Amino acid sequence: MALVKFTLNGKAQTVDAAPAMPLLWVLRDQLGLTGTKFGCGMSLCGACTVHINGQAVRSCVTPISTVAGKTVVTIEGLSANSNHPIQQAWVEQDVPQCGYCQSGQIMTASALLAKTANPSDADIDEAMHGNICRCGTYDMIRSAIHRAAEIARTEGGRR
Amino acid sequence: MTATVNRRGFLKTGAATAGGLLVSFYLPEQTRLAAAATRAKLNAFVHVSPDDTVTLFIHKAEMGQGTVTSLSMLLAEELECDWSKIRTEFPGVSTEYGPYQGVFGSQSIRTSWMTLRRAGATAREMLIQAAAQQWNVDKSRCRAENGSVINADSNARLSFGSVAEGAAKLPAPSNVTLKNPAQFHLIGKPTKRLDTSGKVNGSARFGLDVRLPEMLHAVVERSPVFGGKVATFDATKTKTIPGVKEVVPISNGVAVVADNTWSAMEGRRVLQIKWDEGAVASVSSTGISKNFVEYSQKPGAVARKTGDSAAALQSASKKVEAVYETPFLAHAPMEPLNCVAHVRADACEVWASTQGQSAARDEAVRITGLAPDKVKVYSEFMGGGFGRRARADYIGEAVEVSKAIGAPVQVTWSREDDLQQDFYRPAAYGRFTAGLDADGWPTALSARLICPPFGGLSNGVARTGVEGIVDLIYSIPNVLVDYHALDPGIPVSYWRSVGYSQNTFFLESFIDEIAHASGKDPLELRLRLLQNAPRLKAVLELAADKFGWSKPLPAGHGRGIAVVNNIGSFTAQVVEASIDRGKLRVHRVVCAVDCGYAVNPSGIDQQIRSGIVFGLSALKGGITIDRGRVLQQNFHQYDVLHMDEMPSVEVHVLPTPNNPGGIGEASTPGIVPAVANAIFAATGKRIRKLPVSAEELA
Repeated sequence: MALVKFTLNGKAQTVDAAPAMPLLWVLRDQLGLTGTKFGCGMSLCGACTVHINGQAVRSCVTPISTVAGKTVVTIEGLSANSNHPIQQAWVEQDVPQCGYCQSGQIMTASALLAKTANPSDADIDEAMHGNICRCGTYDMIRSAIHRAAEIARTEGGRR
Repeated sequence: MTATVNRRGFLKTGAATAGGLLVSFYLPEQTRLAAAATRAKLNAFVHVSPDDTVTLFIHKAEMGQGTVTSLSMLLAEELECDWSKIRTEFPGVSTEYGPYQGVFGSQSIRTSWMTLRRAGATAREMLIQAAAQQWNVDKSRCRAENGSVINADSNARLSFGSVAEGAAKLPAPSNVTLKNPAQFHLIGKPTKRLDTSGKVNGSARFGLDVRLPEMLHAVVERSPVFGGKVATFDATKTKTIPGVKEVVPISNGVAVVADNTWSAMEGRRVLQIKWDEGAVASVSSTGISKNFVEYSQKPGAVARKTGDSAAALQSASKKVEAVYETPFLAHAPMEPLNCVAHVRADACEVWASTQGQSAARDEAVRITGLAPDKVKVYSEFMGGGFGRRARADYIGEAVEVSKAIGAPVQVTWSREDDLQQDFYRPAAYGRFTAGLDADGWPTALSARLICPPFGGLSNGVARTGVEGIVDLIYSIPNVLVDYHALDPGIPVSYWRSVGYSQNTFFLESFIDEIAHASGKDPLELRLRLLQNAPRLKAVLELAADKFGWSKPLPAGHGRGIAVVNNIGSFTAQVVEASIDRGKLRVHRVVCAVDCGYAVNPSGIDQQIRSGIVFGLSALKGGITIDRGRVLQQNFHQYDVLHMDEMPSVEVHVLPTPNNPGGIGEASTPGIVPAVANAIFAATGKRIRKLPVSAEELA
C-alpha cells in the first residue's frame, strides 16, 4: 500500500492503495465515485474514460501510482451543473438509452472538443472509435458532438 | 434496519423533464422520507403528494428501451396530471404488479397498454370524486386537466395534491372509461426521455453502482468448461493478496471476497482450482457444424405442414436450394453482470439490474429457504440486457455468497466472465428448398431447421428454433418446416429477437436467392407474395419508396431488402452497402415500421436504431467453442459495431390504429439479411454463413 496524492475534480485527494490498483477501482470502490464505469478492464470499450491532465484516459488500465501529482477529472466533476456543452447537447438530443457507456462517451467527446473546437465526422470517428455503445447511440452521439461544438461557440461568443 | 434506510437514501431513479427542462428529484434523505410518508397512494402505480408531485411507479425495469418514459405516458395520458410534476420510481418486485414481473419479449407496452391507462384513469376518477365531494357537487360536473380538478359550473380548481389524501380513502371505481385514441394528447407525441439527466452526469444508479455500508466485493471463478464442477481448490496464494477477506465455494464455482473489486480479481487470478470438466469438454464448434450437416440429411419433427411440398417440389419447373449457418452469440451488455445481496437469518434483500424481478426473487427464495415475502428485490437501472438479464444465475451467486459470509456483498462479473459464461443465442443451421413454377413464382418451400433448443419442446419442436419460418409471412401454397433439437450442452437462451434473429437471416436471404434465380426484382417478388399481408406490404413499400429503390447507386454499391413480422410489429429495411478493400461498409439504412399506435415516436426511433446496430454487430462477431470452452475473452476477440462503422439510418414510423406491437426487438432480425442481400447485389457473393469473413469478401 502507498499514499498517492493527486487533484480530483478540483480538490486535493490522497488515497492509500496498492500502487498497481487501477484508478477505476480507486474511484469506484474507495472514493464512491461510481459515475466512471467498468466495461472491459482492458482499455477496449471506453466506459471508464476520465481526463488526466486534460487527456481522455482509460482508468481501467491506469495504475493509481501513475496518477500521483496529476489532475484527474471524472464525469462527476466535468461541470458544476451538468452544463458542459457536451452534456447540454446530450440532453437536448436525448442521446442515452441504457446510459451505461455514456459517462465514457461524454468524457472522450469533451476531451475531443477541448482540442478540436469544430470536429469533422472523421475527427469524431477517430476520437470515439474506442468507445463502444451496445444500445447503438452512435449516430446520436455524432450529431450531439456537432451540436455541442455549436453550443460551445455560442457560449464562447457570449463571454 | 439500516439496509432499508440506506435503500431509501439510494432511491434516486426518477428525474422529470419537461420539454428538455431538467428538474432533479434527487432529494436529501430526510426530505425523501418525509415526501414518501405524506404521499397518498391511489393505486400501485400512482401516488400523489401534497405539493402536487405525482410519483409514477415503473414496474417494468429500464434497460435503455424507454419504459420509464413510455409507461409514464400511458399513466399520465389518462391521469391528466402535469407532466412537469411527475417523478418516477422503480418499485421492485411485488405481487401488486402481477404474478410475474419482468421485461422480455418486447412486451412492456403491449402488456401495459390497457393496464396502465386503466390505472391512470382510476386514479383520475378518485381525484375527481374527492374534489366533487369537497365542492358538494356531482362528479359529472367536474373534470381533470393538467394536474387539477376543475368545477365546470364555478370554474374553481383544486390541485391533485390538495385532494389526494381524500381520494386515497375512496373505493377505486370498478369501471372507468378510457379515452378514445382521438383524444390522446400525450400518446403519439414524440416525448423526451425522463431518465436522461442522471445519465449525463454519472448520478444514475446502475446495479454495479449500489453501495451499502459494510458491503464487500466478490468475483467468482467458474468452470471454463460448461457444466464442469470444482474437484479441489487451493486458496493459499489468494489469501496473501491485500484486501482479500474470504474464499468460499458456491454451487457455481469459487468466490473470492475482498474489500474492493480489484483485490477480489487479483485474488482470483492466483486461485488454484482443479475442475471435473464433464462431458462438454469434448464439444467444439467444428464438431457442432459437422453435426448440423448430418442432421440436415434426415427428417426432423414437423413444425408446420401446409399442402404437399414434396409433391410440389417434384413437379416444380425449377428448384432453388441453399444452406445457411449462424454462430453462437453473446449478449455483451455494457454493464457486466452484477448483483448485491444481503442475506440475514430472517430476510434477504437483493439489489440488481435485472430483466426478471420475479425470477430474481424466486432464485433468492430457493437459495435462502425464506418465505417469498421475506425477500425484497430492488430494481436498478440496467446497463443493457438484450435477454441476458432475464436469467437469474448471477442473482443466485450473490445470494449464495452473502449467505455464506453473513454480510452484504456485490458480485461483479468481468468482461471475460460475461463472454465466456453466457447463455448464448444458439448456433443454428437451415436447409432450404423452393420449387418454382414456369413463371418463376414459388409454389413450395421446405425448411429444415437445426439448433439447440430452449424454452421447451412441443412435439419435438422448440418454438424458439422455428419462429420466423413456421409463421411464414409469404403466401406459398405448399410449406414444410421441420426441426432437429441438437443440444451439445452449451447454455442457450433469449437473445434480442430470439429465433427471428437467425431465421429471418435464413428466410430473407433465401427469398432473395429465389428472386435472383427467377430473374425477378427482390422487392417485386416480396410484394407479390405479401398480397394477403397488407401491413407488411405497406412497410415494404414505404421503406423502398423512402430509399429510392429504383434509383441508380454508385458503382460497386448494392442494395438489399428484408421484411419481418415479429413481436406484433411489422418492419422493412433497405440497405446500401459496398465492399471497400475487403471490408464491408454499410452506407445507409432506411427502416419503416408499423407498430400500431406509436406511444412514443421518439422512443420508437431510438429502439429501431438500437436494434439495427445490434444486428449489424451480429454480422461481425461470433462465439467459438473449443473443447467445451469459449475462445473469445474480451472485445478484441468479440467484435461489435464501433462508431466509424455506423451507417446513416432513417426511421419511418407508420402509425396504424392497431393495438401497440413491441419495438425493442423489431429491427434486429431484418438488418442482417438486408445487408447480406446488398453484399450480393454489390459483389455477386452470397453470404450463407455468419459472421461475414474477410476471406469471403476478398
